[in-house]
Amino acid sequence: MTSLFNDNDLWGPLDPSADAGYGEDRPARKGFFTDTSICIGCKACEVACKEWNDVPADHFDMTATSYDNSHSLNANQWRHVAFVERPAGPAPVDLGMPGVAPTDAVSAGSTAGGAGSTAGGLLDNGADAAPDFRWLMSSDVCKHCTHAACLDVCPTGSLFRSEFGTVVVQDDICNGCGYCVPACPYGVISRREGPDGSRNVGIAQKCTLCYDRLDAGKTPACAQACPTQSIQFGDVEELRERADARVAQLHEAGVMDARLYGNDPDDGVGGAGAFFLLLDEPEVYGMPPDPVVTTKDLPQMFRRATTAAVVMFAGAALSFLGRRP
Amino acid sequence: MSPAEPHLEQRDTEAVPGRPGRRKGGRGGERSMVPEAEFTSYYGRPIVKPAPWEADIPAYLFAGGLAAGSSLIAAGADLTGRPALRRTGRLGALGALGVSMFALVHDLGKPSRFYNMLRTAKLTSPMSVGTWILSLYGPWAGLAAAAEGTRLLPESARRRAPVALLGRLDRPTGVLAAVFAPPVAAYTAVLLSDTATPSWHEAFRELPFVFVGSGAAAAAGLGLLAAPVHETGPVRRLAAGAAALELVMEHRMEQSMGLTAEPLHHGKVGRLMRAAKGLTAAGAVGAALGGRHRGLAAASGLALLAGSACTRFGIFEAGQASARDPKYTVVPQRERLEREGPVRYRE
Repeated sequence: MTSLFNDNDLWGPLDPSADAGYGEDRPARKGFFTDTSICIGCKACEVACKEWNDVPADHFDMTATSYDNSHSLNANQWRHVAFVERPAGPAPVDLGMPGVAPTDAVSAGSTAGGAGSTAGGLLDNGADAAPDFRWLMSSDVCKHCTHAACLDVCPTGSLFRSEFGTVVVQDDICNGCGYCVPACPYGVISRREGPDGSRNVGIAQKCTLCYDRLDAGKTPACAQACPTQSIQFGDVEELRERADARVAQLHEAGVMDARLYGNDPDDGVGGAGAFFLLLDEPEVYGMPPDPVVTTKDLPQMFRRATTAAVVMFAGAALSFLGRRP
Repeated sequence: MSPAEPHLEQRDTEAVPGRPGRRKGGRGGERSMVPEAEFTSYYGRPIVKPAPWEADIPAYLFAGGLAAGSSLIAAGADLTGRPALRRTGRLGALGALGVSMFALVHDLGKPSRFYNMLRTAKLTSPMSVGTWILSLYGPWAGLAAAAEGTRLLPESARRRAPVALLGRLDRPTGVLAAVFAPPVAAYTAVLLSDTATPSWHEAFRELPFVFVGSGAAAAAGLGLLAAPVHETGPVRRLAAGAAALELVMEHRMEQSMGLTAEPLHHGKVGRLMRAAKGLTAAGAVGAALGGRHRGLAAASGLALLAGSACTRFGIFEAGQASARDPKYTVVPQRERLEREGPVRYRE
């Protein structure tokens, strides 16, 4: 059955837009590198996303467990800032927050402390003043997977791969079957159920990586609005290098908890177009620890179902072969 | 899905403020089958999302299996000269197909756009493949039922052109419906398994066999219920075989699913699955031993139908429950990480 698909169609490293049939003149794959070590939880990304993409606001309530009032990624929440209160981590270090003057996030060296660092929720005004907890903040978003289960299982072709390698819903095609919702290993996409009167109710909605802005050569709204360069937008290849440099820099500074999530083209989803630098385990931020695209197992599922169908036919035939009573 | 769903709110209260997420697995009051798994999460919130599907989908799983099994029985009855069983099978298949189509369209977020299913054919989408399987099966099942209907007309009417043609297509359409029926029963297992829903995906090895067994058992049940006992010999054999297949494969499925089998035993789902097993086993035994007795045959048939419905609703709801609890996403992935390291592609 695998032979029906090209090499690495279902799993493995791949240039998704080339695989989708875009020619040599296609643009480079675009994505996000979200560096949560310098996220301050300001939610400018959430607001900018809602404004630009006309994503309805449908509830105004705190979760009552943290400063989170947007709950999760879903059809009405394309960026979601998680607030995690954790017991205090290692001794405070300067994580290299961008200073008052704009600096390159990578070159902002570990000793070049700009504004007083509050990264990781730790104050650096002396160890005795440090609280016994720390805040982790992370702006979550659609991962724009290389192997996107939502796109694979979409029966109408509404979800498609753009020339930028991103995964986008065509609003006028989607019939709201809802199959993409359980397919996503990150729980990103969902069907818009309300509020009444808002557009696209009944169909699947998620981050488009601001497809319209990319078309016009602009930066997606969330990255444009991010005041700390926690959300960095660019070519995925280049962002991966930037992420490697940043995690090495943090390790050198003694932040051994820093790790990249979703950047490896060999991982379970073939590498995410939007990947992260995290300061704790992924599940602490509400992300799966080691997700694998469900369609990786599709050839095996197909063979099993074919066998079962043959068994059913043979069983029914055998039942009628006996003598008449 | 609205983020303000009640189950989310309820889960919040389980997390300890200031200590996000680390909690012992298992819900209060439930007896746990396996040692409690400790894991971390974002304040107990779900990671993957449950399908936005309601009772339509498990009802379709049941009706689709019933239609497929009924078409097989109808063709067998036609080829071996059992007219009442043939009629039951064909009309049963059409009725179940009708329920299926209604449920499938009704469940869409935009039912008026159901025809967008037909604008493409995608091998990576079990729903697209299923749409085309149903498109290949439905017309033959419909024509076979229509041909069955012409038998009720007076002889003179049956000789008129269109009706006469239907009459001549009687056996070929019935056989074609039977040929395309098994994929209808089997693909729905892939439909559920090809998701990130833990208890559906982890069941992918055995679920197709459970579903074809369940579909055949339901159809056999309908035959036992509606056809006279002197024609139901093959159906009694089918009932026993299908029920055995379903029960054995369901057992093996639970063994191979690891932690994600747990939702199959909890609460309402646990009751559904226990009812499914009991009804299916009782129906099969009743059919095999007492199927020549009209009353026992009908009771066995009802038990098989109800058992099949319980299986579908139970497995559907188990998956939904597994998606709502981050435990079933985090713990199996963590266990795999400890066992094999991260999943990485190797040439």
